[in-house]
Amino acid sequence: MSSRDVVLGRIRAALGDDAAPPAGIPRDYRRGDQPADLDLLVHRLEDYKAVVHRGVSVAETVAALAPDPLIVPPGINPDWLPAGVEVLHDDGLSADVLAVAGGVLTAATVAVAETGTIVLDGSPDQGRRVISLLPDLHICVVRADQVVASVPEALTRLAPQRPLTWISGPSATSDIELNRVEGVHGPRRLHVILLEASDHE
Amino acid sequence: MSTFLGMPATAPRGVGNLRGDESFPAAARKALGNDQLRRNLGHATTTIRAKSGAVIGELPDWQELRSAGSALKAATMARLPELLLQLEENVTRAGGVVHWAADANEANRIVTELVRATGEQRVIKVKSMATQEIGLNEALEEAGIEPIETDLAELIVQLGNDKPSHILVPAIHRNRSEIREIFLREMPGVDPALTDEPVVLAGAARRYLRETFLSTKVAVSGANFAIADTGTLVVLESEGNGRMCLTLPETLITVMGIEKLVPTWQDLEVFLQLLPRASTGERMNPYTSMWTGVTPGDGPQSFHLVLLDNGRSAVLADEVGRQALHCIRCSACLNVCPVYERTGGHAYGSVYPGPIGAVLSPQLTGVEDNASLPYASSLCGACFDACPVKIDIPSILVHLRNEVPHPRTERAAMAAAAYTMDHPKLYAAAQHAAKLTKLAGHRLPPPLNGWTASRDLPEPPPETFRDWWAKR
Ligand code: SF4
Repeated sequence: MSSRDVVLGRIRAALGDDAAPPAGIPRDYRRGDQPADLDLLVHRLEDYKAVVHRGVSVAETVAALAPDPLIVPPGINPDWLPAGVEVLHDDGLSADVLAVAGGVLTAATVAVAETGTIVLDGSPDQGRRVISLLPDLHICVVRADQVVASVPEALTRLAPQRPLTWISGPSATSDIELNRVEGVHGPRRLHVILLEASDHE
Repeated sequence: MSTFLGMPATAPRGVGNLRGDESFPAAARKALGNDQLRRNLGHATTTIRAKSGAVIGELPDWQELRSAGSALKAATMARLPELLLQLEENVTRAGGVVHWAADANEANRIVTELVRATGEQRVIKVKSMATQEIGLNEALEEAGIEPIETDLAELIVQLGNDKPSHILVPAIHRNRSEIREIFLREMPGVDPALTDEPVVLAGAARRYLRETFLSTKVAVSGANFAIADTGTLVVLESEGNGRMCLTLPETLITVMGIEKLVPTWQDLEVFLQLLPRASTGERMNPYTSMWTGVTPGDGPQSFHLVLLDNGRSAVLADEVGRQALHCIRCSACLNVCPVYERTGGHAYGSVYPGPIGAVLSPQLTGVEDNASLPYASSLCGACFDACPVKIDIPSILVHLRNEVPHPRTERAAMAAAAYTMDHPKLYAAAQHAAKLTKLAGHRLPPPLNGWTASRDLPEPPPETFRDWWAKR
């Protein structure tokens, strides 16, 4: 008898024959259709020590942050790249190179206003998970049409088969007397550039 | 009693961390004598409660979310075999390999063999209750494989040759100067001028672990959720050590209790809102990673999922107690428990401390192996109110007390004393009576002495827990 059969057999025995058919799930919590509030997103991001830039040019903002060299995923929008900054396109860069990079620039897939979360899904403009993890500075560009109000709406926009990284503020720990310390292992700094309809990219 | 293959079974003895070396009263007595511990604990639980209360207050639909979470978990348990098979199929289709482990010994064997097959001698670990439960680190060490805990608190615990004392903040019993001493003593290459500033201590851990992250080829993780209809695994964390372990190595081995299932992708919307707010008191934890099998060119190219029973089927067999399997390990019940606040996590003798530990551990091991734990509560009900998936812990405690093989009088005494811990007037009276009768130390007079014969009485709380909770 395989352990698979043993475990499944035990569970079936534990449930017995009279396992009641599951009742319906009450779903009277908020599920969506709220308008996404950009100001709330900014407030939530800042509350978790992310720095938010609005109404700015991506290239100029990146240049001012001066990450050198700047790691970018293969599908990054070339208009976002500043002149005068050394740019390394990720084509499978080694972890050692990523770990000493000045920063990384990515796009995002979804942002959740209520929780101040941005989600990356590994698309060509977001790249491998590791590139947004090892550099000390992560600059993430979010378009206003990617912002949703709540977690339920975010899940409907995401493809579960892709590797997903939900980011709410920079890396943090509260393990020492519950004092929040930013940046233990992940990026210590998170900058979000919010592009609104009025911005020309 | 002999068990038959395929019948629900409790977790085996002699392996893992579900049974303490001594009973709760004996262990609690030591903890009660440790003032530093109580101060650290009091500070921590108060802080987390305040944070959690504030962000829960932001959601107008918290109670609706709790009801949905509770119903979802019950529905999952009722369909567990079918959903586990669906998970297996979807993980396999996405390039992962699924293993089934009947108990801790088998899970340890599976993981050890998987690591051996890679030829590696070292694994990096993300904090995981399941692997602590089965004693995986000890098993790996015995096999000549070095497990390195990468969560800052777990690292503090590991370097201090210590045990975790809280689900969420395992080193909650240590303050900054104790942590500094542990680092100076145990961390190779640490700067001897290290101060006890949290940011400096965290920096030391970052430097110490970076090289290990970059050079270790195998990782072991737990999982917060697994989604049956997509085969997706989910890990919530804060530091980024989780992302390191989940994306840098070539091989990832995830050990998961069979109760961690969520039926559908959509259902995640409930638990992703409940867990961070109830747990760390955040709207969302800094990082959540989700992966389905392997993704070519991104992250580990070899993924193994170990599905663990280890007593869970025995819990499932108890119609009253089975809701303990709904637990999403948020630790909210610990932070509101007046008994936990006085004794700390070690007194419970299991990786699962506090109210949930008092019901889960005895069910996983068989109640005779953890007979004092159902009494490690005053039944004040705060844990029930705090639980984001509405587990009725007090009812399970009462139910389990009836199964404890203690003499009747002893049971009554333990229950009375636990009740007294949450009622200051009674408590003061009991202390006064103890003095008058000149019993040795802070002991209670009969009939309460059955419980306190082996423990000192702590100072009574200034207000009852219920009063405090009601005022929130
Ligand atoms: S029993 Fe409820 S409150 Fe306690 S840790 Fe589990 S989910 Fe959280």
